[in-house]
Amino acid sequence: MAKTILDFEKPIYELEAKLEEMRKLSDNLDIDKEIVKIEEKVKQLKEGIYRDLTRWQRVQLARHPERPFTLDYIYNMTENFIELHGDRLFRDDKAIVGGFVQLGDYKVMVIGHQKGRDTKTNLYRNFGMSNPEGYRKALRFMKLAEKFNKPVITMIDTPGAFPGLEAEERGQAEAIAKNLFEMSRLRVPIIVTIIGEGASGGALGIGVGDRILMLENCWYSVISPESCSSILWRSWDYKEQAAEALKLTAPDLLEQKLIDRIIPEPLGGAHKNHQEAAGILKAVLLEELAQLTKIKPEKLIEGRLEKFGKMGAFIE
Amino acid sequence: MAWFKRSKENISPDTQKIELPDGLWEKCPECSEIIHKKQLEVNLWTCAKCGYHFRIGSHEYIKILIDKGSFRELDKKMRSADPLQFTDTKKYTDRIDETILKLNLFDAVKTGTGKLNGLSIAFGCMDFKFIGGSMGSVVGEKVARLVDKAYKSKIPLIIVSSSGGARMMEGAFSLMQMAKTSARLARLAQAKIPYISVLTDPTTGGTTASYAMLGDFHIAEPKALIGFAGPRVIKQTIGKDLPAGFQRSEFLLEHGFVDIISPRKELKSTIYNLITLVS
Repeated sequence: MAKTILDFEKPIYELEAKLEEMRKLSDNLDIDKEIVKIEEKVKQLKEGIYRDLTRWQRVQLARHPERPFTLDYIYNMTENFIELHGDRLFRDDKAIVGGFVQLGDYKVMVIGHQKGRDTKTNLYRNFGMSNPEGYRKALRFMKLAEKFNKPVITMIDTPGAFPGLEAEERGQAEAIAKNLFEMSRLRVPIIVTIIGEGASGGALGIGVGDRILMLENCWYSVISPESCSSILWRSWDYKEQAAEALKLTAPDLLEQKLIDRIIPEPLGGAHKNHQEAAGILKAVLLEELAQLTKIKPEKLIEGRLEKFGKMGAFIE
Repeated sequence: MAWFKRSKENISPDTQKIELPDGLWEKCPECSEIIHKKQLEVNLWTCAKCGYHFRIGSHEYIKILIDKGSFRELDKKMRSADPLQFTDTKKYTDRIDETILKLNLFDAVKTGTGKLNGLSIAFGCMDFKFIGGSMGSVVGEKVARLVDKAYKSKIPLIIVSSSGGARMMEGAFSLMQMAKTSARLARLAQAKIPYISVLTDPTTGGTTASYAMLGDFHIAEPKALIGFAGPRVIKQTIGKDLPAGFQRSEFLLEHGFVDIISPRKELKSTIYNLITLVS
């Protein structure tokens, strides 16, 4: 599949191409010093560009088609993954995947949204947009984890819950509400990580937990910048302003005290190096698991109630 | 003379347009019946001819459901703090200030305690007029505290919803109100205190996907629009017209997401009977 290059990444790729060319020439010419200079320049350029990304640019990175998805993280950081299927009520939703895995010394349940990389796999995964059966499948897996006393790790990466006719018939709203309700009182630790897009109730449907982590180049909000633009500005053209107004990036959410921790990505984004990205995430998850598995279920539930109870801003 | 030139008089409606003095009369959107406001109030804001339920707010529902003089409001003056300093075509703070002035409401939900045919209850009611009945931090916090009131006082909880969903102008803060309210309801459920969710026209988005769909009993008013995604979005997604009655109360009853459809006139007695049967 062709490489996807975002607009703001172009200068980097251009310079990298030049560097590649020089390296080829260096067999015959003595330009090693020049090469080192350009390598330094590439590094500075990258650091500069990725440090000063606008919110809309982060949204684009969060949607990057080469970004690691849930299954990539599972394959890169866990062992003995046994994928489970189905909600036992209607069918198997392909937009949500999950199963028991070995993560370091821990046996855990991993559940996450799953996108596809190209048209074919995206149709199969419904672009990571779950139907009610997806949320019910996730709940079934969480209940299994609770039964066998295993922590739950969820990974959020969805443009939203699927807004379809059948989704409404089968109770999309009820399915999400039920998950919020049940996750708030699940008797095992839950660690939530936003690994890409976190759009609204479709994201939160697997997003209640004891720790909320967010990868550096993700977004999480009540609505996508495009839909926000179309509703409030009555036009699709204000997505960049909408992204700014919604304050939806990881640093924003940390400041708003709605997430606990930002997980750094490899320079240029998680898509530049899946293994490295998974390695960083794995280390953080193990650290959090070490703490959470020591806490008694009653304390976990109480803590969760308090954690979400504090979220909000109002004047009395 | 051109063939299309009009030879007769202009087309005119059969009936003369009736000029209505402002504020006294309402026209039924369903059957076009002209109803006097007093008559409408006597009929609990429903059309006597076709049964259409007008959209009403917390002020009216308190009159309908709560015994006279028994309502005690909680957190009356809680208002939005604009955590994102949000501006679209208008500043969010201006929008809030203007709406408060216009409606004499501080946000999109009113909460408190009161009596329903003598039974003590915790009661919340949303106002769709207040920025589309949207749920931001204030709605979330007031609902959460109302649930706590029911929990601590061990009294049944009743929430009447009408909402377009989560409030965009508070971004992720609004989203988290769904988790906040649901978590509190989980605790209430464990204490075995009944919660009745009343769904009115319209209840959609994040409100439906949290407390409105978490009742022990779901009562809907006739023909109310209830759903997660709005009909316009769904139509865009599937590229087809939606079937008649889609996402209406009767549709939800048919698909198993609503227990009872109750006309407004029977709402109070239905709630009363349910509570007495489970307590």
